Amino acid sequence: MKLIILDDYDKASEWAAKYIRNRILHFNPGPGRFFTLGLPTGGTPLGCYKKLIEYFKKGELSFKYVKTFNMDEYCVFHELVKAEISHLDMNTKDYHSFMWNNFFKHIDIRAENAHILDGNAVDLQAECDAFEEKIKAVGGIELFVGGIGPDGHIAFNEPGSSLASRTRVKTLALDTILANARFFDGDLSKVPTMALTVGVATVMDAKEVMILITGAHKAFALYKAIEEGVNHMWTVSAFQQHPQTLFVCDEDATLELRVKTVKYFKGMMQVHNKLVEPLSPMQEKQRITVEMSEKPYSD
Amino acid sequence: MPSNKSVSDAPITQFINCRILRDHRLQRDDLWVREGKILNPEKLFFDEEGFADLQVDCGDGILAPGFIDVQINGGYGVDFSQAADDISGGMALVAKKILEHGVTSFCPTLVTSPPHIYHKVRVHLEGPFISREKRGAHPERYLCSLAGGGLKDLLEVYGSLDNVAIVTLAPEIPGSLEVVRQLKERGITVSLGHSVADLSQAEQAVQHGATFITHLFNAMLPFHHRDPGIVGLLTSDQVPENRTIFYGMIADGIHTNPAALRIAHRAHPAGLVLVTDAITAMGLPPGRHTLGQQDIEIEGLHAYVAGTKTLSGSIATMDMCVRHFQQASGCSLEAALEAASLHPAQLLGISHRKGTLNYGTDADFVLLDDELSVRATYIAGHQVWRK
Repeated sequence: MKLIILDDYDKASEWAAKYIRNRILHFNPGPGRFFTLGLPTGGTPLGCYKKLIEYFKKGELSFKYVKTFNMDEYCVFHELVKAEISHLDMNTKDYHSFMWNNFFKHIDIRAENAHILDGNAVDLQAECDAFEEKIKAVGGIELFVGGIGPDGHIAFNEPGSSLASRTRVKTLALDTILANARFFDGDLSKVPTMALTVGVATVMDAKEVMILITGAHKAFALYKAIEEGVNHMWTVSAFQQHPQTLFVCDEDATLELRVKTVKYFKGMMQVHNKLVEPLSPMQEKQRITVEMSEKPYSD
Repeated sequence: MPSNKSVSDAPITQFINCRILRDHRLQRDDLWVREGKILNPEKLFFDEEGFADLQVDCGDGILAPGFIDVQINGGYGVDFSQAADDISGGMALVAKKILEHGVTSFCPTLVTSPPHIYHKVRVHLEGPFISREKRGAHPERYLCSLAGGGLKDLLEVYGSLDNVAIVTLAPEIPGSLEVVRQLKERGITVSLGHSVADLSQAEQAVQHGATFITHLFNAMLPFHHRDPGIVGLLTSDQVPENRTIFYGMIADGIHTNPAALRIAHRAHPAGLVLVTDAITAMGLPPGRHTLGQQDIEIEGLHAYVAGTKTLSGSIATMDMCVRHFQQASGCSLEAALEAASLHPAQLLGISHRKGTLNYGTDADFVLLDDELSVRATYIAGHQVWRK
């Protein structure tokens, strides 16, 4: 893995956004050649989304030929509950709204290229299966961006989820429900208890995985994910077995790691920072004429 | 670009680079319009996979719901209370002209007039069931009583009540309370004004269904600390729960002293409705003109009953009133704009369609700069006036 440690949340968000930008530009998407991107929701990626929007507004980046696949979505079927929570901030209780307000509405992505699981589908498992098919149909995901829960989960793959799992319906763990209650008026009864989520293996299938982890409350989960073994109780640990994983974090998220680990990866920052440099004029030319077939730096 | 929208092929316009008044706040967001209604872009994106056909750059201006004037007697030489043959032509002229002031909906107001006037078109009926003492510019000889049996009297005078939105009457007139109730039952807004009622008479009227006060402070007993009169409704505890008492304010700097405007606003900000009470002479040069059955004289921004110092109505425009209200009260831009849009819509019970920029409502809005001057006016999403 590459462990990228930045000073604070803003710098971590910026690094991640630049990385995504460079990956898209390097890929050189165009008609019939889409860059496929997996996307997360929540507080952590907000800074990264803001930066990406900035790059779009500056004209440095376009999402016209980017297809996105979100990781998860709540299931809220009961009309009574829907009515009770209808006054809440849409961004937090509905991932469609979150993605629209924080990302899609500010960029030039086409609606038919933005895929989010439908938590209100009549047949939930069929919806999940169809999602997997959609990913297959576009040739897999180039870069899957995700976060980590305080309990080490990726997407809604709660502790105990099979590391070989695919997109499916999940019942949320108490930890997750408690963590989400703040978005639902602090009322536990209003928090959805079920969600649709991509599986651990679904994300593992991506060509590259980037996990954003910021804040001291995520430090223990990061420690469990990268310094302990692969364990279905800390599902992010599965990515130890992925050939191309990046963990982008801030200082606070490293609080539970060994000093040795932190020093080693901080020492690599000069090399890693080359990944986010603006593309040079030569690289721009390359981008237009040559298809990049190999990664500049490998694990 | 071929349309791939599933619900409708109608073109979609996206107004960008603007601050819109939504949820009582000015927010930096785009406004989407389709088929004359405000569109929810998120639903368009996810449910229809649609996009905008046309983008309009608003130059960082403010987009507010179109203003609604519930008390306007005429303008530009047109007098709604005159039994002109071409009444709809006159209204159309005024309607077009006041777009310049950001007004996209209005209630033509008919002041006390001989009975035959009412049998043509009527929307805000101010009088004739009002107090003799507080008649203001209304001609005395046409004032009526309700002695005959309430609504029957009303119908005798007005003819049909089908096109009526608001009726102003004086609640101390015997028989009026029952009339209030019956008008309310027909969905007509009842307003108290041109009256010498004391507070308890006014409260009774409210309990029977009155919800508006016609030009607060003017043509009613002044506030007295032992009997606040109609003005006391602003802080009355006899108002039924969930009911808001609205009150019209002519914020032209003449009809009401700014200090009085501030007192009313601070006492009850949610009920303040800006009205122009504009008369025929609004928009016309100084001189002598007719209002209802009387002659009036214009001097600068003042309009008097000819030969007296009684105010006969105002010639301020709605946008002037919004600006003056904001300056005099020091309220936020949002509050000033809502006093001319949201509150009148709430008063008339049409806030599900007008007075806001909520999804699904009519796309009547106005583009303003930070000084609240009107730059352009839109009705059903189409630009109908531009500076």
